[in-house]
Amino acid sequence: MDTQTQRILTDDMIAEIRDMYQHFPVKKAACIEALKLIQKHHRWVSDQAVQELAEVLDMSPDEIDSVATFYNLIFRKPVGRHVILICDSVSCWIMGYEKIADYLKQKLGIQFGETTPDGRFTLIPICCLGTCDRAPAMFIDEDLHRDLTVEQIDAILERYP
Amino acid sequence: MATIYIDNVPYEVKDGENLLQACLSVGKNLTYFCWHPALHSVGACRQCAVIRYRDENDTRGRIVMACMEPVADQARISIDAPEAKKFRAQNIESLMINHPHDCPVCDEGGECHLQDMTVMSGHNYRRYRFKKRTHLNQYLGPFLHHEMNRCIQCYRCVRFYNDYAEGKDFGVFAAHDDVYFGRYEPGVLENEFSGNLVEVCPTGVFTDKTLRKRYTRKWDLTNAPSICHQCGLGCNIIASERYGSLRRILNRYNGDVNGYFICDRGRFGYEYVNSQRRIQHALKQEPAGQWQGLKKDTAIREIRNRIRAAKRVIGIGSPRASLESNFLLRELAGAEHFYAGVSEKESRLIKEVLHILRHSGVRTPSLKETETYDAIFVIGEDVTNTAPRLALSLRQAAKNQPKEKAKALKIADWNDAAIREVIQGQKGPLFIAAPYATRLDDAALATHQAHPDEIARLAFAVAHHVDAAAADAELPEKAKAFARQVADALVAAKKPLIVAGTSLYSPSLIHAAANVAMALKKAGKEAGLTYTVPEVNSMGLMMMTDQYLEQAFEQVYSGQADMVIVVENDLYRRLPADQVDEFFRKAGTVVVLDSIAHRTGEHAHFVLPAGTFAESSGTVVNNEGRAQRFFQVYQPRNDIQSTWKWLQAFVEKEQLAAANLDDVIQQLTMAYPELEGVREAAPGAQFRVGTQKIPREPHRYSGRTAMLAHINVSEPKPPEDPDSPLSFTMEGYVGTPPAPLTPFFWSPGWNSVQAVNRYQQEVGGMLRGGNPGRRLIEANGSSLQYFTDIPAAFHPDNFHWNIVPAYHIFGSDELSALSEPLQERIPALYLALSPADAQALQLQPGQQAELNVSGQTLRLPVVIRPDLPGGYVLVPKGWEATAGWLFPVQSSLKPMQV
Repeated sequence: MDTQTQRILTDDMIAEIRDMYQHFPVKKAACIEALKLIQKHHRWVSDQAVQELAEVLDMSPDEIDSVATFYNLIFRKPVGRHVILICDSVSCWIMGYEKIADYLKQKLGIQFGETTPDGRFTLIPICCLGTCDRAPAMFIDEDLHRDLTVEQIDAILERYP
Repeated sequence: MATIYIDNVPYEVKDGENLLQACLSVGKNLTYFCWHPALHSVGACRQCAVIRYRDENDTRGRIVMACMEPVADQARISIDAPEAKKFRAQNIESLMINHPHDCPVCDEGGECHLQDMTVMSGHNYRRYRFKKRTHLNQYLGPFLHHEMNRCIQCYRCVRFYNDYAEGKDFGVFAAHDDVYFGRYEPGVLENEFSGNLVEVCPTGVFTDKTLRKRYTRKWDLTNAPSICHQCGLGCNIIASERYGSLRRILNRYNGDVNGYFICDRGRFGYEYVNSQRRIQHALKQEPAGQWQGLKKDTAIREIRNRIRAAKRVIGIGSPRASLESNFLLRELAGAEHFYAGVSEKESRLIKEVLHILRHSGVRTPSLKETETYDAIFVIGEDVTNTAPRLALSLRQAAKNQPKEKAKALKIADWNDAAIREVIQGQKGPLFIAAPYATRLDDAALATHQAHPDEIARLAFAVAHHVDAAAADAELPEKAKAFARQVADALVAAKKPLIVAGTSLYSPSLIHAAANVAMALKKAGKEAGLTYTVPEVNSMGLMMMTDQYLEQAFEQVYSGQADMVIVVENDLYRRLPADQVDEFFRKAGTVVVLDSIAHRTGEHAHFVLPAGTFAESSGTVVNNEGRAQRFFQVYQPRNDIQSTWKWLQAFVEKEQLAAANLDDVIQQLTMAYPELEGVREAAPGAQFRVGTQKIPREPHRYSGRTAMLAHINVSEPKPPEDPDSPLSFTMEGYVGTPPAPLTPFFWSPGWNSVQAVNRYQQEVGGMLRGGNPGRRLIEANGSSLQYFTDIPAAFHPDNFHWNIVPAYHIFGSDELSALSEPLQERIPALYLALSPADAQALQLQPGQQAELNVSGQTLRLPVVIRPDLPGGYVLVPKGWEATAGWLFPVQSSLKPMQV
């Protein structure tokens, strides 16, 4: 087997990461951006990705993983094609986010932190999306959905095949 | 000095410190976790909260973290104010929420900083009744046991391992209440100083696996102040015993030497003391091949008769034996028949080091002082593997220039997080020229790999750059640029330090290092010069004799000597096997005194069981010329005793025959005025506090009347120690003994190793009464000319390959390599060469290569190292097959014929 095809960091990605750290005095400054880049391409950051990135940035896997595990939006476990981040902080709670969350759990058949068996959705609670005036709110991939009601959910999910 | 008011009582404290340090230094009890005297302040744990008042009229004040507040004159704080006390108790309660209730089964129990602090804070009852978060533990190798559930997130471990020791394979993972300290994946912790986590961790997350195997609580251990025997630096250690076996080694703080940290070889390499290979009783081999045990008295009588009958007895001493043992041997054999048990090559090197230390006029710093230099040039040494603790000090010194930036911003020395933010991992001027890439290279600004001769030439050229009067050597382009860079950096520094050593067996390299140091001194620099030496008492031995092993052999070959006494020495590790075989064939009666069975012992007619550092007392001299005393830990229940005590039985001199250690030292210093300071290394056997001896055991020691009850219900009389003011029991003075006599650190309320705070004049500073050890050599005036013995440029020879020694912290040292936990870390013997040489010789990695060294054929697996410039190869030093090689050796080299 060609080991090259098994690599997670492609030459293009490595070039992009190099471009990132050129703006900084030290390579490790690009760590977070590089992790985001990996996630953009692979949805999550695997152990292998951590090791490959360590080589590119002259860091140890331990250093990379310290950063990767610190941030809640860097995923160190596989996630679905679409990640639902539903806000569970105080404004959304007052506005009844729990009903939305319960509906999502029941419809998708998963609990928080789980992925649907078909690999379509991962459901994660998040603390504040910065849109308290339009609570309850959730984030799917890069789209913000606000003023949520249970009735809207089916139609919203339709948009994410 | 500044005056601060703690709870309205004025105290004189040092400027420039933080308030926590000041409070502890004046003897106050104030709780803390994340702060450490060597790692300084980050203000993470919030445990040292005190109330700070604006002035005497301020009655409210505000809560501050003492570790983050600088000492200021007239500052007013309160430790005892109810709000401050409540804050600390609540803080510890929250830190302890997830901490298990497992003190009775925890290895840290009874010497746990967390226990001490919890009791001190007044948080006596735990109220949290819910489920605790739990973690999986990791396998971290043979040294450390991991128990993450006990963690209180003080971050000390990462701050030591990653920031201080600059290890890379450890980290802190995740966030909020799920923080995890460990490795990216389970595996051996690679850093050579990982064992310090045992003492750095305030609780039982990292504990000593070697102790765990035969666990004993701190209060049940018999301890003695000792000196690590595993390299030439002489770190101070506490060695502890129970039931006749050595259980663990801890760091013993010495503000001049090792400070708070030792290396893993020193900490975990002690188990040879408990080895199956220990010689327990006197043995006789006659006729050859037939061994019989002898009673102690019989052995002494028989050997005495042999000595009387012998034409001439010669004594072969050892760099791993104490001054006292070597001295008694000298007295037995006579000064003219006493030989250092090392090769001519090695003895000349160390003589040269001594000569330079005495006469170059350049100061040789203590380990602690090493950390004050601001530019370092390491010449030829793989420091991490030849003198490990020095590498940790050099790492700190390398940070001094980058730290200047923080100073300019008026950031205090103790403000660790702020300083690191300023320097951003910037490297200071540390330069390393060595035959291969070393474990210290990651801290270096620039490195250069070359053959030892080329390194010597390079160093000569650096000296010439600094002072044109010093001899110059022509260099290849790359080396030339490196030499200039190094010279410029050294000249630009305030306190440049030159580090070299004996490990490459090159006298010109030692001379070149002296040239650089002397040139810098001449240029007005406060230069330092450190040489590493191979063994614990290499320096002491060579201060006692000029005669070396080959001359001893000559005595036998010429028929003048017919009896040989070898002390704590395996001659097969000193000279090639064929030479040693030849020697033993002709040596007549051979008496070997040693602790471990080895090849030399096999040739003996009599073998006497000598004590290791754990069963002996004595003095050793480290690479800096510092005489340090180590004390017997316990009295073994067999015939093992200090070598010098055995030898007393054979010495005719009356003053020595029945002498105790003090009397031996007295005689020693009369014979060697230069060793006068040895007397001052520790108080003599007559010393008492009032009328009391210093107990080796804590006052809580248990089981004394029971531990031998299965043999006899009457408790035997405890052994006596005529050689020191230490007693073998828990009876005696409870308090702070003189620093060289401190068998353990304990103070009321302070059961953990951090009780050392109470033994220091100020926390992190000198021990009360002065740090132990006496320097015997001081650089006085300069009477040395520049050396001119520049070696010829190195030319590879494909028929006679140059073999350069490679060193390994685990493996290169004779005795520690016999310790089981270390053996897992010792690499198999190998041959390393450059990719180009491997290609030219058609050698693949892992393939067997055939070497021929002084008539012996050796097959070794090939390792390809891209850091090698080529033209020479590496073979590890100190393995049984290579221990007797006189490096640098030459050999033919080819792939093994199948």
